[in-house]
Amino acid sequence: MAKYEKLGADAIAEKGWWQAYKWLLLRRVSQLGILALFLVSPWLYRQYEIWIIKGNLSSSLLLDTVPMTDPLIFLQMVASGHWPVTTAITGVLIVLAFYLLVGGRVYCSWVCPVNMVTDAANWLREKLGIKPSTRLSRNLRYWLLAMVILLSAITGTMAYEMFNPVSMLHRGIIFGMGLAWTIVFGVFLFDLLVTKRGWCSHLCPMGATYSLIGKFSPLRVRADKREACNDCMECFVVCPESQVIKPALKGEAKGIGPVIMSSECTNCGRCIDICSKEVFHFGTRFHNQMKAERVNDSTQSA
Amino acid sequence: MKQTRREFIKNNAIAVTAATAGMTIPGVKEALAAGDDGIRWDKAACRYCGTGCSVLIGTKGGKVVASQGDPDAPVNRGLNCIKGYFLPKILYGKDRLTQPMLRKTNGKYDKNGKFEPVSWDEAFKTMAEKWVAARKKGPKGVGMFGSGQWTVWEGYAASKLLKAGFRSNSLEPNARHCMASAVGAFMRGFGIDEPMGCYDDLEHADVFVLWGANMAEMHPILWSRLTDTRLTKPGCEVHVLSTYEHRCFELADNGMVFTPQTDLAIANYIANYIIQNKAYNKAFLDQHVNFTKTVTDIGYGLRPDHPLQKAAKNPNKGALTKISFDEYAKSVESYTVEYASKLSGVPKKQLERLAKAYADPNKKVSSYWTMGMNQHTRGVWMNGLVYNIHLLMGKISEPGNSPFSLTGQPSACGTAREVGTFTHRLPADLVTKKDAHCKFAEKVWKLPAGTIPRADGKSDGADQPDISGKPMGKTLIHAVAMHRALKDGVMNTFWVMCNNNMQAAANMNEESWPGWRAPDNFVTVSDPYPTVSAQAADLVLPTAMWIEKEGAYGNAERRTQFWRQQTGAPGEAKSDLWQLMEFSKYVKVEDVWPEELIAKSPEYKGKTLYDVLYANGQVDKFPKTQVTDDRGNTYQNDEMDHFGYYVQKGLFEEYRMFNSADNIPKKGHEMAEFEAYHKARGIRWPVVNGKETLWRFREGYDPHVAKGEGVKFYGKPDGKANIIFGPYEPAAESPDKEYDMWLCTGRVLEHWHSGSMTQRVPELHRAVPDAVVFMHPKDAKKRRLRNGSKVKVVSRRGEIESVVETRGRNRPPEGLVFVPWFDAGRLINKVTLDATDPLSKETDYKKCAVKIVKA
Amino acid sequence: MTDKTRSKGGKERNEALSRRRFLADTARAACSVGLLGLGIGLYSQRANSLPALAIRPPGALDEDNFLAACTRCGLCVRDCPYDVLKLGEVGEDVPTGTPYFTAREKACVMCEDIPCVPVCPTGALDHELTDINDSRMGLAVVSDEETCIAFLGLRCEVCYNICPIRGKAITLDRQHNIRSGKHALFIPVVHSDACTGCGLCEQACILEEAAIRVLPKHLVKGELGKHYRVGWEEKERAGGALVTPDVEHRYTLPEGMRYEHAGEGLITEEAETPFSDNPLNTLNRGLETE
Repeated sequence: MAKYEKLGADAIAEKGWWQAYKWLLLRRVSQLGILALFLVSPWLYRQYEIWIIKGNLSSSLLLDTVPMTDPLIFLQMVASGHWPVTTAITGVLIVLAFYLLVGGRVYCSWVCPVNMVTDAANWLREKLGIKPSTRLSRNLRYWLLAMVILLSAITGTMAYEMFNPVSMLHRGIIFGMGLAWTIVFGVFLFDLLVTKRGWCSHLCPMGATYSLIGKFSPLRVRADKREACNDCMECFVVCPESQVIKPALKGEAKGIGPVIMSSECTNCGRCIDICSKEVFHFGTRFHNQMKAERVNDSTQSA
Repeated sequence: MKQTRREFIKNNAIAVTAATAGMTIPGVKEALAAGDDGIRWDKAACRYCGTGCSVLIGTKGGKVVASQGDPDAPVNRGLNCIKGYFLPKILYGKDRLTQPMLRKTNGKYDKNGKFEPVSWDEAFKTMAEKWVAARKKGPKGVGMFGSGQWTVWEGYAASKLLKAGFRSNSLEPNARHCMASAVGAFMRGFGIDEPMGCYDDLEHADVFVLWGANMAEMHPILWSRLTDTRLTKPGCEVHVLSTYEHRCFELADNGMVFTPQTDLAIANYIANYIIQNKAYNKAFLDQHVNFTKTVTDIGYGLRPDHPLQKAAKNPNKGALTKISFDEYAKSVESYTVEYASKLSGVPKKQLERLAKAYADPNKKVSSYWTMGMNQHTRGVWMNGLVYNIHLLMGKISEPGNSPFSLTGQPSACGTAREVGTFTHRLPADLVTKKDAHCKFAEKVWKLPAGTIPRADGKSDGADQPDISGKPMGKTLIHAVAMHRALKDGVMNTFWVMCNNNMQAAANMNEESWPGWRAPDNFVTVSDPYPTVSAQAADLVLPTAMWIEKEGAYGNAERRTQFWRQQTGAPGEAKSDLWQLMEFSKYVKVEDVWPEELIAKSPEYKGKTLYDVLYANGQVDKFPKTQVTDDRGNTYQNDEMDHFGYYVQKGLFEEYRMFNSADNIPKKGHEMAEFEAYHKARGIRWPVVNGKETLWRFREGYDPHVAKGEGVKFYGKPDGKANIIFGPYEPAAESPDKEYDMWLCTGRVLEHWHSGSMTQRVPELHRAVPDAVVFMHPKDAKKRRLRNGSKVKVVSRRGEIESVVETRGRNRPPEGLVFVPWFDAGRLINKVTLDATDPLSKETDYKKCAVKIVKA
Repeated sequence: MTDKTRSKGGKERNEALSRRRFLADTARAACSVGLLGLGIGLYSQRANSLPALAIRPPGALDEDNFLAACTRCGLCVRDCPYDVLKLGEVGEDVPTGTPYFTAREKACVMCEDIPCVPVCPTGALDHELTDINDSRMGLAVVSDEETCIAFLGLRCEVCYNICPIRGKAITLDRQHNIRSGKHALFIPVVHSDACTGCGLCEQACILEEAAIRVLPKHLVKGELGKHYRVGWEEKERAGGALVTPDVEHRYTLPEGMRYEHAGEGLITEEAETPFSDNPLNTLNRGLETE
């Protein structure tokens, strides 16, 4: 336990408090800001007749003109046998384009409200020093994704949407929660007591979808200064998808470039925060060469 | 003041909404959980309209817990309308007034103060002071605005208090807004008030003609009877005339929408048709009818300085001139079907069909009307024109042949008209302009001659002395004039009882509101609920309503119905009767009578008005007893407990001396004695030898028509009715370029009048929460409006906001909108014009010019 | 065992092991996910059934298609100007997140521009619906004739008066009130060809429990046998008899009687008789004095 009290202490000492928490705080601002926009919009509409954003993360309308539709929702709909009107198609294309650009799982770490729940569970798990963790395959989410699509096709309805904690929590906060908190709480408990980072990093089919979308995203975390790594391992501790770091950080010997190429990386930036040696930074997937060749690239940061 | 007014209206809407949220009858659940055991059932007359349905009231533990239509009542046979279904709930609105409230600042009365609870004693003391001071200015200094919803004895007690006590003719009922035109026509045509027929006509007629009555909604149970006759009687047909299509048109065989005011032309056309086709009943005309014509161009009952009033040749004149049949025929000659059709917009064929129905000697025709014809600047004329048709054909005073003026209120007949709570009337059709009538009343009331103010201010030809030392002058003042007098500072105290005149009177912005709120005026409102009127008053008195007191109503077919007190009133609420009598204790004879008058009856010296008017050896004749029914149930009687004698019985028996004593000036109003009414489901007067009268003026049916006379209109000295020619004259205000629509106001089935009771029943509120603007879809489209659009209804006098309804129950033609007036949150009478019939002084709420603009 | 041997053969073994583990993992994942899917599928089939009193917004596809198409985004809810629509919450019987309204609480106001429909991104609310009168959210049904006070003869008609498809969706059937003998009954009758299921009638019904309700059409509507046609309707549609019109019939009848084949049947003519109504006149015939 004492060990974790030190977690991030080096970063704070070296870089100052703000630099040690910058991305985490920006993420929280983003997550809460998006929620707040959805929540405040009806009120603003009543006051000034302007809709900033309405709907919820499943489908929404920005400034009464830009439609957005969640890709997994879209997939389920099509699999259920409904070909939507153009709004939803435009909407899903807009969303796809965005996440294709910034990284699919940016959704998970910067937008999705469940992230705050699972982060909280993880924080408490560390706090309480809960060690045992049921091992689950991180690939399970892709199975689940397949199952969700198949289920839609078989039942002809978006069956998974009866359980999807992600859409449920967001909708619940905006339109009324009902008993949806039980499912969200279930996710919390699962992450706390059963499997570390269980939901977001192992199971969530929505995350899986975004992971697939982010396969070719240009925006990536890079470990360009990986030679400065002092093996403190704190980045592995804070990373929800710790498996994505290793190749980039420690792969030099194997001839692997410094870019975190796995699309399971959520671009949360926590590794950047925590690293006292400033090994990580946001950059692009391009110029993923060995040290010698990358000179200009280090200037490109997000 | 403008700001205050806006707040006033706004608060109002809030009050209504708050009051209707989730109301239940206290104690009902507990009481009914134990089953129906122990519920005491007793009969009562329905609280609302002039139909006069009977209901049975179930009480348990002092609370009304149940109700039902009275299966043995001849009018409704166990049925109710939707309002009647919820009757018990009107007693238990959450915001019942339970104590007197006076506007005060720093513990003293202040016109602009906030309402604070006060004791009855303080309330009456403050009031008496104001009243006595105001009376010193003259008989019009004080005024009372009563109700066709008062019980018979409340109206009677009020009449005594004002006319004899305060020596003022400033007493009017809200029936002035409602039935005055009908009364005027009865008096001019027949010399005696109220319909000759009865509801049994509904089963006996072959043809029904509705002239400006939406019976389907306003007389729901009568409409149900009319409909049944239409359904079951072969050949029966229904003609409906209105300025917009309403629910009655659903049953109509001949539904006619006419341009407002042109009913005058249509009626004259029918008379013309009958004459042209020689269909008239010559024998009947020769024996029973005089032909007359009325003075024309009589103005619109507006203030004398109004341009329309100045332009009139004979403002407010109503004299009749005798003419011959031929002259009459000549008068109506120009009313051809072409002319009538052109003027009214009704296709010729339809007019002819209507005329033929009247002219067919083998068809019994009953005509019905209410506010469409009464609230009309030529209402008295128009009533008369319909009588003309019936008289021409002799289709009158027999089963199925009936011109029938329906009443709006439960006791417009029984109280306002029979007791005579109008400025010009005394009980039983007596009038204050006749010295002899006043003398008779003074005798009955054991008062010195000259007590009652003569309408012209002269008693025995001499000026009447007033308390001020000056002669009284003319004393008549009608309802609309009262608001004008308040605004002008002529009247300074005003007592509004059992009605909601701030919401009900026309032209609220220009007359009612400034009048009530004028700094020198003191307005008292007695009501069970904080109505719009109460909000605008200075003193609010909490009232025990309906079955919280022993009562009597008289419906449209001359049926008088009694009920016993079923339950107590909440808090300190007291009945209007209690209030009137108790208040009279605070005024001494010396305060309001001149010395000359007191000198005539020295025994009254130093007495209060209560001693003189009520403790007079007659009213207090019947000692306190336990009220029981013949099943041994006992009933409370709060007034008897308080005053120590059977107040209701005493007042009724004294009142009977006007209609049933031997030496009465006008016969034909005989009533049964008090106890008989508690036993019967209503009795239709005249009651002679214990028998009631169904059809008046007809031998065999009417005890006052001797054998061999056939028909006798005994209200007139020569026994003949008047056919009165009145021409078509235009409305006071018609649409023009700017104000391009007609506005017609009225009611809806679900709400009673101003909604002060029915808006407090959540179910009724939910059914019809707001007053909407009924409009033709094309008119809406022209103004880029659609169903549900928010609009303003704007007239020269004011505006309200509401929403457009293009698909509702009322379907106005292009160029006319209909707005109900029940909604305290949308006061349409800010918009209406206070033009009245110059003869009946009844406001025309059906016609004024407005524009509709997007809000 | 030495480190060497372990590391030597270990690599193969490790590979074999990890392949085995991979296969095992895969099988386990597939099985558990499959089972989970089955569970979700079965549950959703049950939970997806819409309760009878929940009504979908105007233009909603039929329930199966709707559940395939609705993203549960709530845009329709946001664009309902009267706050009638709401989204099903977990724990309610309505499929989670889908839009509905409860007529008794707040009925559809039937806006002429139907703002809730065009905003639907997927067409779960059919964008083809442009006239609100064509919407079929449900079907009103007078569900209890025993307590509906119109059937008792009371003058209520609140449902009729409030119906926005005036005179078409609900009409009043006027009948003779046999009990009272002189009043009419005004019986509300719902017509499925016009009723949009907006629910205003149910909302306004003044009873403690509404006697008129809006339900999904399939729960209300009967269906005539496919083989059967309503004769008089067919005749009207065709503008005349479907077969050769009937011949003229003639009957043997006593004098003064008539028989109307397709009408009243036997008719006694009020014919003039040689007899006076007063039998005395007949008895005294010829005895009149001059």
